[in-house]
Amino acid sequence: MTEYITLSTLLFSIGAVGVLVRRNAIIVFMCVELMLNATNLAFVSFARQHGNLDGQVAAFFVMVVAAAEVTIGLAIIVSIYRTRRTTSVDDANLLKA
Amino acid sequence: MLDLSWLLIAIPLAGAALLLTWGKESDAFGHLIATACSAASFVLGAIMFVELLGRDAGDRSVTTSLGTWIDAGHFHVDFAFTFDTLSSLFVLLITGVGTLIHVYSIGYMAHDERRRRFFAYLNLFIAAMLCLVLAADYLVLFLGWEGVGLASYLLIGFWQHKPSAAAAAKKAFVINRVGDLGMALAIMTCFAWFGTSSIAVVNDQIDTVSGTVATALGLLLLWGACGKSAQFPLQAWLLDAMEGPTPVSALIHAATMVTAGVYLVVRSHDVFDASPTARGFVIAVGLITLLAGAWIGCTKDDIKKSLAGSTMSQIGYMMLAAGLGPAGYAFAIFHLLTHGFFKANMFLGAGSVMHGMNDDVDMRRYGALRSAMPITFYTFGIGYLAIIGFPGTSGFFSKDKIIEAALAHNVWVGIGALVGAGVTAFYMTRMMLMTFFGEKRWREQVHPHESPSVMTTPLIVLAALSLFAGVMALGSWIEEWLEPATGHAVHHDPPLPIIVITLIVLLVVAAGVALAWLAYGRQQPAAEAPADSEVSFFTRAGRAELYGNAINDALVVRPVTHLTRALVWGDGKIIDGLVTGSADRIGEISGELRKPQTGFVRSYALMVLGGALVVLLGLLAVTLA
Repeated sequence: MTEYITLSTLLFSIGAVGVLVRRNAIIVFMCVELMLNATNLAFVSFARQHGNLDGQVAAFFVMVVAAAEVTIGLAIIVSIYRTRRTTSVDDANLLKA
Repeated sequence: MLDLSWLLIAIPLAGAALLLTWGKESDAFGHLIATACSAASFVLGAIMFVELLGRDAGDRSVTTSLGTWIDAGHFHVDFAFTFDTLSSLFVLLITGVGTLIHVYSIGYMAHDERRRRFFAYLNLFIAAMLCLVLAADYLVLFLGWEGVGLASYLLIGFWQHKPSAAAAAKKAFVINRVGDLGMALAIMTCFAWFGTSSIAVVNDQIDTVSGTVATALGLLLLWGACGKSAQFPLQAWLLDAMEGPTPVSALIHAATMVTAGVYLVVRSHDVFDASPTARGFVIAVGLITLLAGAWIGCTKDDIKKSLAGSTMSQIGYMMLAAGLGPAGYAFAIFHLLTHGFFKANMFLGAGSVMHGMNDDVDMRRYGALRSAMPITFYTFGIGYLAIIGFPGTSGFFSKDKIIEAALAHNVWVGIGALVGAGVTAFYMTRMMLMTFFGEKRWREQVHPHESPSVMTTPLIVLAALSLFAGVMALGSWIEEWLEPATGHAVHHDPPLPIIVITLIVLLVVAAGVALAWLAYGRQQPAAEAPADSEVSFFTRAGRAELYGNAINDALVVRPVTHLTRALVWGDGKIIDGLVTGSADRIGEISGELRKPQTGFVRSYALMVLGGALVVLLGLLAVTLA
């Protein structure tokens, strides 16, 4: 049991660090997916440990949300690439005070 | 005809409005319109006066209301005018002397390019002054009261290109405002205690309130009267007011407006009858001003300022008489009328002299004008005889009556009035000798000449009035005439027989004349005034107007200036500091808050992560605790 949670935490940390340090929007995006799937793993593990289905249902919800998020996120990345010829998140910094 | 009081006011008011709005085309004849308006008002007033004469004594008061002016809750003011024995005399004085001065001004102001405006202001003054004396309500009276103040301000500062005239106008206006404050408070007191400001109602019901209220109301009215009549302690503006054209000094600052305070006291006589304390104050104010004015009159070399000191002093006599109660009201009004004639006469005479002397006002540069200006000399001489109380002239009757009544009231007050009569004789003789007698002390290129007949005719009429106005006292006519308006007078016998008092007064006057002759007749006055360091304290103080301005400066002007500066500083540093300071602080805080908004997605992500961690740790801490 502990192994699953450890793996989930590890994956989540890798995802979080990736979001924070990588500049390429695609990579950042992949890291977000990694974090979502890490939580999915935790949900499923806890569901199995407690013997009820709530965690598994939550995991399905997360998948649906992740699918929707991917659709929109990729669309934004593509349109940014079309106008700016780059996918670096640091170049899209107009929204500052 | 007696219900036409409003028309008396409307005619000159229309004249003023016409002249002020009509353009330059009316420059050629504007002064004639103004004079005609004033004369029309006089004729109407005279007809109404005659009609009043024909009525029974108990029936000599007609009040006409033009309608409601203010109707708010319990406060109701009618725009009403009362034509009675008291106001009728004033109407005749104001419009009569006013018309003569209009005529005189045609000549005096002939070469002034703003003559039309001058006459418009004169008409405005006549209308306001008539409103003041005809008003049946203190609030309507206040309207006229402020109107004459405005006209006085406009006319003192008529030669506005002179900084001294502009300053004098401002000074007169400000000091008058101080007096008006008292007047306004008096009206509010009326409303608070009587629920109305009607003069008749307030005077009828004064016995229903406590003596303290009557005293307070009397003192407030006296406060107002002091401002308008240049009485101590609000006297400082009158001498500076001589900056205005001389006809203005004659009409407003000698004959009519400055006597409004005396009118107010006499008109409110029931209030003063109900309060001996307030009457005592009126006597004190009158006595102080009468002596102070005479003192100043003795020391000034400026002929107009010397006359202004004399005006203060004579109004002091009237105030004194008005303070004596029912015994003195008629004499106050009688002296007011005769003074209106002889003082207007002398002011216009002084104007005529200035006209011939290239507008020089320094009497030390006059001398020997008797032969150069015979008509001015004789008319001025008659005014002189009247003011010192030469037997038979109008001033003899009016001043003697006041001294008798004052002696009957209190010996010391009587002696004060007697001394005043002697000093009056001294300074008037001094003025006469320095101006018309002695040797020529004229400046070069001054060629004195008699004024044109348009100026001398009013002088002759006023001189005749100064000489013969005493007939009003024959058979106590004036006392009986004023009785419906001022109440029945109970005369106390003076401590000495009247004939003895008259002789003493004449003796004192003769002594004053003799002293003046010794000082200014037997020996020539110096052509240049001796410096302040060479003259006695008496002269120095008189020249400084008894330090009235210095006292005002020290007690009021400077403290108020400092207070203002402190307030401006406080406003700038504290109030503005708080407002702009808080705005600055908010700006600084926003500046700090802006810094985290870098626009870098990754830093936002870090904040989200950090926030999530903090929430998580918080939850953990709560759960474990």
